[in-house]
Amino acid sequence: MNLPIFNPVEDPGPSFFGTLERLGMSPFSRLESSLSEPISVPHGTTILAFKYADGVVMAGDRRATEGNFIAHRRIEKVFAADRYSGVAIAGAAGPAVEMVRLFQTQLEHYEKVEGVVLSLEGKANQLGQMIRANLPMAMQGLAVVPLFAGWDQIRSSGRIFAYDVTGGKYEEVAFQTTGSGGRDAKGTVKAGLKGAPLERRQALELAVSALVEASEEDSATGGPDLHRGIFPVVATITEAGFALAPDEELEEIARNVLEARKGIGGGQ
Amino acid sequence: MSMPFYVAPEQVMKDRADYARKGIARGRSLIGCIYSDGILLCAENPSKSLHKISEIYDRIAFAGVGKYNEFDQLRVAGVRHADTKGYAYSRDDVDARSLANVYASYLGQVFTHEMKPLEVEILVAELGRNHHGHSQLFHILYDGTVMDESRYTVLGGDSEAISRRFGDAYSEEMSLSAALKAAVSALAGPDRSISVSDVEAAVLEDSNGRRTFRRLGASELTELLAG
Repeated sequence: MNLPIFNPVEDPGPSFFGTLERLGMSPFSRLESSLSEPISVPHGTTILAFKYADGVVMAGDRRATEGNFIAHRRIEKVFAADRYSGVAIAGAAGPAVEMVRLFQTQLEHYEKVEGVVLSLEGKANQLGQMIRANLPMAMQGLAVVPLFAGWDQIRSSGRIFAYDVTGGKYEEVAFQTTGSGGRDAKGTVKAGLKGAPLERRQALELAVSALVEASEEDSATGGPDLHRGIFPVVATITEAGFALAPDEELEEIARNVLEARKGIGGGQ
Repeated sequence: MSMPFYVAPEQVMKDRADYARKGIARGRSLIGCIYSDGILLCAENPSKSLHKISEIYDRIAFAGVGKYNEFDQLRVAGVRHADTKGYAYSRDDVDARSLANVYASYLGQVFTHEMKPLEVEILVAELGRNHHGHSQLFHILYDGTVMDESRYTVLGGDSEAISRRFGDAYSEEMSLSAALKAAVSALAGPDRSISVSDVEAAVLEDSNGRRTFRRLGASELTELLAG
């Protein structure tokens, strides 16, 4: 590798994506080959985000499916995008994980080159552009539909953004869920948010119970696996930044949630 | 058509080196040193926004003296190099040695082939893994000469005198506070003092998480220099 110095007219500025393009390494230009029919790859399923008293909670189950097979039991779908934001992925797992890696690098790259952190809105728009660049792949069944949430340091509040496959960005007032079990999770989240803003512990409980509900109704969503010690990934994003809830805490919450559900839907 | 005068290559190189050295000597100097918990980079810099010291990657920092626009271009290129490499391979594969070599070959190329050499001296510092056992400082000159230091190094004009002063106070087991005090007083010299607002300093330390680079703010600097 040589030193990537550009003349001022061609300089990509703080865009890592632009640098990759000029170096002929853009991941999207390689992805434009046409597939004659949709290929079968692992898909990530249910993710959700909602606001609570201190900021935003993001959560995702751990299952990836390939058709009607379980492809992975321990996949992670919730990632720190940088210190103050997180991204959760649903859709084709391969391109989604790659997109997260590119997005994380892009945010850090901007921060280092410019010496300041990108605004939350700026980060959300960047992610939208990446999803849009992935549109040719989405047309072939490899869609990536993430949720983005973060702490807005200018406005001092947590914010949530949802996307469609064309990169359309939609800011949510209180919550959003996507993925195959998203519809089932949404009902639980919605019902849980009717009162005063939730405290951290209540918010984690609501996130886990929404995923449990989704796992009961949607075969592609995995519930907490107490036997193997696999729990949903739940993260909080607050003024202090992005933090993953520890597995021990999630195990305790998962046990409580499952216990509290005894009797729902006719016993057992 | 007129023939250019013949100039001996030795003379050409000497003129270029003198030109670069003069440019570098106009600016203030910078010290990079390894202390008990990491690496300290400390410079005299009255500007709050035009930094001489910056982050390149998780465990790598950059510092430059001389012409700001020239070393800043090198800094950005270094960030691009490191981020591209980390993205193409893995974060573990980004190392200071290869970055220093790339810088050196670029500076050497410009020195011999371009109209004028770059008037810069740069430092690439890498915090070693496992209690920073193999921390390294790569000091690169305007002509591409690379020097590899494992204790401390001084960049800029008057570096010999500053190096002598700093060397008298330096030990590898120094605390951050002691290293910073020694660096500031070595940069100032016996006849003057540097106010806290003119000090730019940053550390690479393992306590900072994945990204080990951290700037020392005004309040922390005051505290460290007083303590």
